[in-house]
Amino acid sequence: MPGPFSRAGVLAALIALLLACAWPGAAHADPAQSAQTARALVPSPQKGKGDACVADTDFMRRYHMTVLNHQRDDTVHNGIRTKQFSLKECIACHAVQGEDARPVSIESPKHFCRTCHDYAAVKIDCFECHASRPESNKAAQLPTGHGDGAVSALSRYLKGKGQ
Amino acid sequence: MTRRMEFHVPQHEKRGFEAAGVDRRDLLRGLVAGAGLTLASGVTLYAVGGVAEARAPGDPVSPEVRWGMLIDVNKCPDGCKACVTACSKENGWAETGSSLTDAQWIRKVEVTDPRTKTSRALPVMCQHCAEPPCVDVCPTGASFKRDDGIVLVDKHTCIGCRYCMMACPYNARSFIHEPLSDQKPHAPRGKGTVESCTLCVHRVDEGRSPACVEACHADGGGAMLFGDLNDPDSEISKRIAEYATQQIRGDLGTDPGVHYQNL
Ligand code: HEC
Ligand code: HEC
Ligand code: HEC
Repeated sequence: MPGPFSRAGVLAALIALLLACAWPGAAHADPAQSAQTARALVPSPQKGKGDACVADTDFMRRYHMTVLNHQRDDTVHNGIRTKQFSLKECIACHAVQGEDARPVSIESPKHFCRTCHDYAAVKIDCFECHASRPESNKAAQLPTGHGDGAVSALSRYLKGKGQ
Repeated sequence: MTRRMEFHVPQHEKRGFEAAGVDRRDLLRGLVAGAGLTLASGVTLYAVGGVAEARAPGDPVSPEVRWGMLIDVNKCPDGCKACVTACSKENGWAETGSSLTDAQWIRKVEVTDPRTKTSRALPVMCQHCAEPPCVDVCPTGASFKRDDGIVLVDKHTCIGCRYCMMACPYNARSFIHEPLSDQKPHAPRGKGTVESCTLCVHRVDEGRSPACVEACHADGGGAMLFGDLNDPDSEISKRIAEYATQQIRGDLGTDPGVHYQNL
């Protein structure tokens, strides 16, 4: 005895429901706008001077702490003064102008090193000693000629692709 | 006959005694042992006429070099503080007038002979010992001697225990008690760590001489000479070979890299 809903009718309704749920426009009124909102929630550090960082941007995002620690020991113990991963150079190139036209110090949330760290709840003590902005009387200079060999070697090693 | 006097008096007493202008000359000189220094004969690549020649920035420091200084006390005028001022400017420290906690990178020490009343003033800083007691006592390895003889604190590993300050016979190290800001980019310093003269390692690595030496020649008496003690042809080695020079408290066997002449 046929009930109020035929089997075929139920099936059709289910399919219609599923389609409605899967339809992007139905759940999110405007996909472009939602992506925008998501982007605003992640930090967006200001670009450094020049076109590129001292190594691949992706590599720097993930491994800047490793290269800095490495450089630190090389410099302090062995007197190696290459510029590529020098903290002093990061600070010079990544200086962010404040309202007073001077680069901001680590006190400001706009400081390059704070943009992501504040978001990710990372706390570093480097700037208890290290200057967090270039010296005022000296204009920050772009370092020149970073060799790429060392970076790709280190990158390979860190990503576990070395032999 | 050398008179033995205790150089290692507690910090506050010592500073008082310095301020009172009490006989420091005897104190220092009496304790200067015969300056028998053993210079390892070494090939030198980097020093020409006592001035460093830049090493490639990617090359590590070499143990074939031993940086040192010779200070001719006769040429160090009374009241001149060119070296102290230059150091403070270069490394971004300041005298606050609170002598117990002030930074001790370099200071002028006045010494007077009690019999003749002649007095001399000489700069004293980290003596960059070949056998540094500060390195022996450091529990974390932060206090270390670089291959080229420069004694440093690796502030990244310093826990601020201050054993090295107690071990140093020259009272050449100090502790940072207050938070700092706007340090010099080339001279990071911060609360909770020990510091001392670095022989301007950031300049030496670039082939320049320390700021105090430069200022002493420009504005002072030209008393300070910087160079490679391991290079027999360097100006400093020649002067040390030619004249009698002394090391402060050479009797301790620390073999300081800083030598004094006419003390
Ligand atoms: C010569 C200038 C320069 C120097 C020196 C420099 N950077 Fe950069 N850095 C840049 C530029 C330009 C970008 C943006 C690159 C891009 O958009 O792909 C960047 C990007 C970055 C990023 C990624 C930021 C983001 O948007 O996600 C990090 C992290 C970073 N740098 C860290 C460092 C560190 C750490 C140092 C020092 C070891 C350093 N940089 C030195 C110019 C520099
Ligand atoms: C207690 C003080 C102190 C702290 C904290 C500190 N440093 Fe340093 N750092 C120094 C000193 C002193 C030097 C030696 C400077 C020289 O010889 O030019 C140095 C040198 C360096 C160098 C080599 C010089 C340069 O500019 O490239 C790097 C890299 C470095 N530190 C990274 C770091 C990082 C990363 C942190 C935080 C995780 C940090 N440091 C925290 C004191 C400190
Ligand atoms: C692109 C975002 C970003 C920027 C810009 C950035 N960092 Fe980081 N940094 C991070 C993240 C995320 C971590 C934590 C990574 C982890 O824990 O694996 C981190 C960790 C670190 C650490 C290690 C902290 C620890 O406790 O071990 C150091 C040191 C560091 N950053 C230094 C710097 C310096 C110096 C700058 C400015 C020149 C800087 N970072 C800029 C994202 C960033």
